[in-house]
Amino acid sequence: MENLRYELSTTKPAGGTRAVALVGVVASGNLEVLLERGEAADRCVIDIATPAHGFADLWQAVTADFAARSAAGGLRITINDGGARPDTVALRLAQGVRLMEKPE
Amino acid sequence: MTSPTAAAPHAPLPADPHRSWYEESARGRLSHLLDAGSFSEFLGPQRRELSPHLALFNLPRQFDDGIVVGAGALAGKPVLVAAQEGRFMGGAIGEVHGAKLTGLLHAARQMKRDVVILFDTGGVRLQEANAGELAISEIIRATVQARAAGVRVVGLLGGRAGCYGGGSLIAGCCSALVISEQGRLSVSGPEVIETNKGVEEFDSKDRALVWRTMGGKHRYLIGGVDLFVADTVAAFRAGALAALDRPPTLDQAVLAAEQARLERRLARFGDTADGTEVWARLGVNQPTDVPDMDLDDFLTIANRQREGADAAR
Amino acid sequence: MRDWNTKGRDRQARLDAGRHFAAGKIVAAHDLVAFLEAVLRPGDRVCLEGDNQKQADLLAKALAKADPAKIHDLHMVQSGVVLPEHLDIFETGIARRLDFSYSGPQSARIARMMFGGQIELGAVHTYLELFARYFIDLTPQVALIAAVSADKDGNLYTGPNTEDTPTVVEATSFGKGLVIAQVGEIVDRVPRVDIPADQVHFVVNAQRPFYVEPLFTRDPAAITETQILTAMLAIKGLYAPYGVRRLNHGIGFNTAAIELLLPTFGERLGLKGKVCTHWALNPHPTLIPAIESGWVEQIHCFGSEVGMEDYMRARPDIFFTGPDGSLRSNRAFCQTAGLYACDMFIGSTLQIDLAGNSSTVTGGRVAGFGGAPNMGSDARGRRHPSAPWLRAGEEADPDGTPALRRGRKLVVQIGETFGDGNAPMFVERLGALELADKLHLDLAPVMVYGDDVTHIVTEEGIANLLLCRDKDEREQAIRGVAGYTEVGRARDRKMVERLRERKVIQRPEDLGIDPLDADRGLLVAHSIKDLMIASGGLYRPPSRFRNW
Repeated sequence: MENLRYELSTTKPAGGTRAVALVGVVASGNLEVLLERGEAADRCVIDIATPAHGFADLWQAVTADFAARSAAGGLRITINDGGARPDTVALRLAQGVRLMEKPE
Repeated sequence: MTSPTAAAPHAPLPADPHRSWYEESARGRLSHLLDAGSFSEFLGPQRRELSPHLALFNLPRQFDDGIVVGAGALAGKPVLVAAQEGRFMGGAIGEVHGAKLTGLLHAARQMKRDVVILFDTGGVRLQEANAGELAISEIIRATVQARAAGVRVVGLLGGRAGCYGGGSLIAGCCSALVISEQGRLSVSGPEVIETNKGVEEFDSKDRALVWRTMGGKHRYLIGGVDLFVADTVAAFRAGALAALDRPPTLDQAVLAAEQARLERRLARFGDTADGTEVWARLGVNQPTDVPDMDLDDFLTIANRQREGADAAR
Repeated sequence: MRDWNTKGRDRQARLDAGRHFAAGKIVAAHDLVAFLEAVLRPGDRVCLEGDNQKQADLLAKALAKADPAKIHDLHMVQSGVVLPEHLDIFETGIARRLDFSYSGPQSARIARMMFGGQIELGAVHTYLELFARYFIDLTPQVALIAAVSADKDGNLYTGPNTEDTPTVVEATSFGKGLVIAQVGEIVDRVPRVDIPADQVHFVVNAQRPFYVEPLFTRDPAAITETQILTAMLAIKGLYAPYGVRRLNHGIGFNTAAIELLLPTFGERLGLKGKVCTHWALNPHPTLIPAIESGWVEQIHCFGSEVGMEDYMRARPDIFFTGPDGSLRSNRAFCQTAGLYACDMFIGSTLQIDLAGNSSTVTGGRVAGFGGAPNMGSDARGRRHPSAPWLRAGEEADPDGTPALRRGRKLVVQIGETFGDGNAPMFVERLGALELADKLHLDLAPVMVYGDDVTHIVTEEGIANLLLCRDKDEREQAIRGVAGYTEVGRARDRKMVERLRERKVIQRPEDLGIDPLDADRGLLVAHSIKDLMIASGGLYRPPSRFRNW
């Protein structure tokens, strides 16, 4: 397994009050994203465990775009990857942020 | 990052009772099955109770190890629930996954609270073979102990991975089973049968044959399950409620009756080569029409012709 | 004095040789190998019928059993190289030269055999192109064809899978060649005459149906959220503004998603009756819900699809059906229709380069073209106007004199930025070029040329290449929808933003689409079973697609 960590500056704080959210499942081409709070409001930390080695540049690009575009400030995000493609990763991250904004 | 497959997250769920049970995730099924807002999870994903084995094989882990357990309410009645996620490693049962279910069943016995298990499993997780096999034995024991204490253990069968191997043995110990047409229940899976007995015996790619042999309609007709429902979250909720109304009895008389019933089944159908032959012997007039029948037509015929299921199964 | 009828006399000699094995026109199946050895000559041009769907499989097997000492160096001119026997005959020397169109399941083996020198390649064609050559310089001396049934005179009934048969027979029979048909049964009277008896010389009773591949069945259960997003973009960003009524869809899951979104997402956009009314299309099961809800007026089919027969029979207003009630397909006519009478082709591909050239060649496979390049190209001979065609022409050449300006067919490539096995759809250099180098081909196998492509749709947005004014803009428009592929990440971000302001690139949000709304709940059918139910039980899915 390859473990990656990105500590990112964000532009918008996460909305809502929900403490935790989970989207996706660990299946071929899919991933699960666990979102928790606890970081500073201008920062987002993303930890990734992936069985596919050598895609760090892609993870870097996807997570950087996510931090720049989404309301992700204050989130601690942990990803278990099942070999998802970048577009699926971006979609799950966006779904996670939206779910955090909803009441439990 | 590798090949894509169909993927539906459990997250943004429209409140649609017609949503397919088969398509839903474990968490999605639970959220529609239980009374709104009633669910509280034990050992949720943020607890990170991960498999201690999968990393050795460079395989990704899932925060809940493929099973969601907790407490909730069904039409106001408190229940304990477990939902397997068939898309994570085919819902296979590993050490943590198994321990969560065992613990839930122990709690059920102590609390005298009924249990609903949402099966979606291929059986033992091969990478955790010994731990997984032990887990299944422990689950079966815990199931029987809970039932002996008067607790109902209801199984819902309609997931993508079916209910195979050790999972089917657990299902066999339940007090009542609810199945949809898409549901499959069998000890050996299609590929296992083909590998061991040859493609002439069983062509695992002939999906109609797979469903005629282990699918929901067949299982309902031969009394392998108690209730047959549509493939919707609402139908499974109604089915679970009905199953929880059935008697919890597990005693010697029930077991003896079940043994006698299974012996009769073997004598009556043991030489048949296909589900359609079994259905013909049950008195179904046009057995080849059964797979394409809609729910109402099927239930009309099945409830007239089927073998009765027994409380012990 | 010149002999003006050598071809006719040659055919007569073959007829005489074949008659030893025949009762009337009927040849017994157990004599088939000896019969073929009697009527074939070394070096013959032979069309062994088969395409991406139907196969003259009995005749293929018999030909593969012929004695290479008697029959060798054949020149095979055929649509599809699909069955193992189609290539076995090159290994044994029965055949040597090959002109074909499609090789699907044999794509890896055919490449190996070409590289190993076992196959002498003429060319890889489109269907229509190969059919054309049957009438010019590749006329078969012998055609081995397949039909459902024959009468004693040799009238043939092809059933819904007529496909290539009339074209092959026309060229062969009137070109003084010999036509040999395998049929599933001999009947007193065929349900309809698809091929008249006087064009058929011998018939062999296979006593079973010819093989047909269900190639166009896409299980809705396998459609992903990302594919749904691309489908939403296509409907709202292309179908709606251009008002595309006459079109062809490719075979992939993205277009299957479009078909399943018409009665939901399309209906909400008020597009019913305004788009997708007339089709050149195989009978896609995923189109059933749209047909049933009144979207579709008419469909002409290249071939049939396994399990769709009864449904089409019950919808004669929509499909072309014969006096017997069953579908009449015709690949040559439908390809022509797709080329000249459709305003849009939309299909998936495996690779697109920076100029917009696309190819399905990857990893040393020669998959052939089938019909996609005919659909996916601008017909330079087209002269009739239509709104989408004129609008596309104007976008490409806004300053041209309207009455002298050509319209443009909308040729759309749709897909996700990463495909199976995480392979990027966008590449700097097509894998087809390496294959052409390796096999010393004059032409790299390009499916759709960049100058024919008008739009590229991915989950990141739509690139309208008609609005690009130079090579750089075109390249950046492509990079601008290439997502996280290397091609996409190497974009000039400023230029891409400028292109977006000009609507050369449109993002989901520019079209009012939230990617998070791309949910499987939007699909009108979620499973093959749903399609069967939508058809009122008339669609009979093959067993391999069932989960009931």
